[in-house]
Amino acid sequence: MRPGLLIPTLVAGAMIAAPALADSDAPGTLARGLQMFDEGKLLATGGVSEVEGTGGGGIANWALISGYGTRDGLGVNAHYTYVGLPDYQLNTIGAAVGLFDRLELSYAWQAFDTEQVGAALGLGEGYTFHQNIFGAKLKLIGDAVYDQDSWLPQIAIGLQHKENDRGAVIAFVGGQASVGTDYYLSATKLFLAQSLLVDVTLRETKANQLGILGFGGDKHGDYSSQFEGSVAYLFAKDFAVGGEFRTKPSNLSIAKEQDAWDVFAAYFFNKNLSLTAAYADLGNIVIRNHQSGVYVSLQAGL
Amino acid sequence: MKTILCIAAFGTVLLAGPALAQDDTLFADMGGQPGIDRIVEASVDNYLADPRIKAIFDESNMERLRAEFKVQFCQVAGGPCAYKGHDMTAAHKGLHLTNADFNAVVEDLQAAMDKCGVAFATQNRFLARLAPMQHQVVSR
Repeated sequence: MRPGLLIPTLVAGAMIAAPALADSDAPGTLARGLQMFDEGKLLATGGVSEVEGTGGGGIANWALISGYGTRDGLGVNAHYTYVGLPDYQLNTIGAAVGLFDRLELSYAWQAFDTEQVGAALGLGEGYTFHQNIFGAKLKLIGDAVYDQDSWLPQIAIGLQHKENDRGAVIAFVGGQASVGTDYYLSATKLFLAQSLLVDVTLRETKANQLGILGFGGDKHGDYSSQFEGSVAYLFAKDFAVGGEFRTKPSNLSIAKEQDAWDVFAAYFFNKNLSLTAAYADLGNIVIRNHQSGVYVSLQAGL
Repeated sequence: MKTILCIAAFGTVLLAGPALAQDDTLFADMGGQPGIDRIVEASVDNYLADPRIKAIFDESNMERLRAEFKVQFCQVAGGPCAYKGHDMTAAHKGLHLTNADFNAVVEDLQAAMDKCGVAFATQNRFLARLAPMQHQVVSR
């Protein structure tokens, strides 16, 4: 699917749907002029766009619903993420819609450029893997922001369905499939008195390098439980600094896969624009060790 | 195994947070009663100037409300006051307030605390005590 068409379609779809949904709201609030894109959440409480397009941090999904819509409204945003590594480059664009601070639907298109490694492997210089990622997340219980009198975090379940366009190469390196679905359970809590946000996510996945090298492998073919987590300190309403850690399976015998981590800073210009910059270490990727570099992500929305 | 260890480590942080929340210096850190009085005056000024929420106060006696906020904020901050006004559910009954309304009040209060020179970390300690009031204030 062409991402250039899909994102405007998603955004336009949400905007068309919005007025129709507004009719069902109670008169008390409508009298004061309820807006469908109410931008009613507090700054930064929609998170940013995780590298696979889900609302979260940089490499970890969070239980927060993306965007600034409250439970009476919608939020919508688009993002662009660049990851520059010594031997590879990843570009991602995507969009997410948050419905009533309950359900999040997201789409991301990833292009993983193998640069010189592609030539070394006989695929051709600049050989690029592409991946469509369709995401859905449902908030189950808890509110990360309001429930400051409770130990209960905000908890959500979700999935990311991924479709890779390089099935032949994936099969050649030992991957079992070019399509796969990750399932996750996220718990996120804002410790407001400590200005600290903590997320813990458990992911069931078969993905090799996030799915860029397909799903399942000759060494291990089944789902495995993986961890991802974030800790962020809020220095100001509009500025957070933190770190993340994510484990990954190592399913392919030809390409050892390692855990990933990052340290990040996120600046929220306002509810319409945020910029996240990180130093990310993704470990070994195929025939190249120490793939660490810069991560930059821009999110614009309502 | 590593996954379990990671969940244990992050999970400990996730669950230990509230236990760390003991805090007796907040009232002083907000400037005592004079500081709280200034915060209340500035925040109420912000509410009445905010097109998102000013209509909520159309039927309110603002002089009385300012006085009640000063006592309530003092008590919430751990100061030597006893708030004797309406409980939060009764005070907001019939207003049909939304999360967007509640958050607009929070944003105006943050702006007021900025104006009064309250450090961001101190603001958050105070807001953490107000945040659960969402359960009583927001009725839809």
